[in-house]
Amino acid sequence: AVTMAPSVTERYFTRWYKPDVKGNPCEDHCILQHSNRICVITLAEAHPLLQNGKTIKSINYQISANCSRLQNKVSGKSKRGAQFLTELAPLCRISCSDGDEYTIYSCIRGRLMEVNESILDNPSILQDKPSTEGYIAVVLPKFEESKGITQGLLTQKEYQEVLLKRFNSTA
Amino acid sequence: MFALTEKDRPLAQMLLDFGACPRCILRFCGAGLQTPYRCPHKELLSEVHTFLKNNKEEEGRCCETADPPYKRIRLQDPEVAEGLNQNGSLQSSLMESSENVACENSPPNVCSVCLGILQESCERDFVKKVCQKVNSAEYQFTSFVFSVSFPPQLSVREHAAWLLVKQEMGKQGLSPAKEDIVQLKEAYKWIIHPLLSEELSVPADGKVVDANFNFILQSVFTRMAVIKALEKIKEEDFRKHFPCPPTSPKTPCAALEIQCTNGAIFVAGRYNKYSRDLPQTPWIIDGERKLESSVEELISEPLVTVFKVDSFNFSSSGREDVDVRTLGNGRPFAVELVNPRRVHFATEEMKELQQTINNSTDKIKVRDLQLVTREAIGRMKEGEEEKTKTYSALVWTEKAIQKGDISFLDEMKELKLDQKTPLRVLHRRPLAVRPRVIHTMQSAYIDEHHFRLHLKTQAGTYIKEFVHGDFGRTKPNMGSLLGTTADILELDVESVDVDWPPALDN
Repeated sequence: AVTMAPSVTERYFTRWYKPDVKGNPCEDHCILQHSNRICVITLAEAHPLLQNGKTIKSINYQISANCSRLQNKVSGKSKRGAQFLTELAPLCRISCSDGDEYTIYSCIRGRLMEVNESILDNPSILQDKPSTEGYIAVVLPKFEESKGITQGLLTQKEYQEVLLKRFNSTA
Repeated sequence: MFALTEKDRPLAQMLLDFGACPRCILRFCGAGLQTPYRCPHKELLSEVHTFLKNNKEEEGRCCETADPPYKRIRLQDPEVAEGLNQNGSLQSSLMESSENVACENSPPNVCSVCLGILQESCERDFVKKVCQKVNSAEYQFTSFVFSVSFPPQLSVREHAAWLLVKQEMGKQGLSPAKEDIVQLKEAYKWIIHPLLSEELSVPADGKVVDANFNFILQSVFTRMAVIKALEKIKEEDFRKHFPCPPTSPKTPCAALEIQCTNGAIFVAGRYNKYSRDLPQTPWIIDGERKLESSVEELISEPLVTVFKVDSFNFSSSGREDVDVRTLGNGRPFAVELVNPRRVHFATEEMKELQQTINNSTDKIKVRDLQLVTREAIGRMKEGEEEKTKTYSALVWTEKAIQKGDISFLDEMKELKLDQKTPLRVLHRRPLAVRPRVIHTMQSAYIDEHHFRLHLKTQAGTYIKEFVHGDFGRTKPNMGSLLGTTADILELDVESVDVDWPPALDN
């Protein structure tokens, strides 16, 4: 007896996809866009990190010598002091026990509200619940840009087609 | 009863000579009693003339150029020479009237200081005009406040007159203080309050009538800018740029606008909300309405009609989401009704009004509807922060559950939460982690994936987020407590524990 009602993510958010981020095959990201323009950056189902057999060793929000996403602080209603992100701004680097390292990108322009610190202590929730508790970061696009923010992204349907093509070409 | 004394004579003479009206003469002589100002203008004028005639006769000998006295001022003050032509006509007409005090039917010359504010604008005709405006608006009222806005250039004329007064008194070895002068607005109110009060048959204080005076042209400067400039400018500079004494205008200043407003009244009560498709306030996104009605409109629209108001402001002790019902005794609310025509309502009429609201819809219901004071509304907002609320939530679990899996919730008391600002409100609220307390929980098992949860919580706890976890941003949450994914399917507010407004037996 599973409920027919859509989940929290499905109820309040629209899913947008960016496949092969930075030209890296299958490194797909999924952006959950709330009707209030808040965006949650997550891993798409096909991302190599979510495939069988991958074990996450560590997650690092220190993306360069002098920039750590953990240092991001916002204050007040207007969220002053937020780090500004462009589409290709890195959010974190995730290294696996097999030596592979993956960089997760913002995919949208906006101001960084928070990164998910829970996945630092418990990386497995990133793999168990990539669309909810295993999110990467919360980004608030500029008000005037919020309408066009998803222009370069794929809808869920378009992404399914990409996955299908990918499957057919490997098969 | 005449307010001027011997020592005021030279000053009064000077003021009369440059075209000040009798009441302005009283003001600048510092006459501080209200009664003399209330004398009819004509009477005052002749009294002033009589007073100063004696002056001329008695003191003529010590005045070298006593005939006519105003020439003396002209000669003494070469800086005003440029203004002479403008003043010329005034001087002659003034002379006529001073020579012929008996000529009482001609309208008085417009005062060069108050531009007629203390002349025509104090007369019965003007008062009648104001009262007509009030009466035509069909207000219910028991008192009034009269507020008046004078043109900013009056401050300039007042300043010019003040400089002359200072000069004149300086000659007598006196140094007057500005506070000794009766302010124009004060004198005006002394005169007009009793007249309005008589005409409206209610005492002053309470109801607002606004009169906005303007003289010929709208001033390009704000009142504050004029006052600040006058504070800064040096006396010599002022005299250079503005005729001192001020020239006399041909036409008096006229009331540009007379506005009436009634003080706001406040109606409070409690509401139930039975619909899951009804927002509390109009829900408009990008100028487009999402749902056709709202709690605030369903309650306020009948009030607007019956109290005949211009607008309203709805407030309440917290608010519920569009899909949340509010049951039990309901949520306290108050509506400010702006500029009401009707204000008197008997208890019985309030009951009928409540019935009207309740008959108009089945989406909400109102109780304890009553008139309250502005101050009392504060109690509703205080309660918002401190008091507890009880809720009923329908919870879904991903994992199949047995009765025994959820019974431990009933034992949990004062459960502390760390609640990050929910994502759904993060765009308009600061990001913070707020500690909140769930005082008690009670679970009622429904089936393998559903149970009903009754909660009593601290005000400000987000219940939906406590149940579904909000991406793990509320900790702990129902999912983490049960070791599964949990979701909330329905939420009802069962009580808002604020004991205001007082319950009525209806």
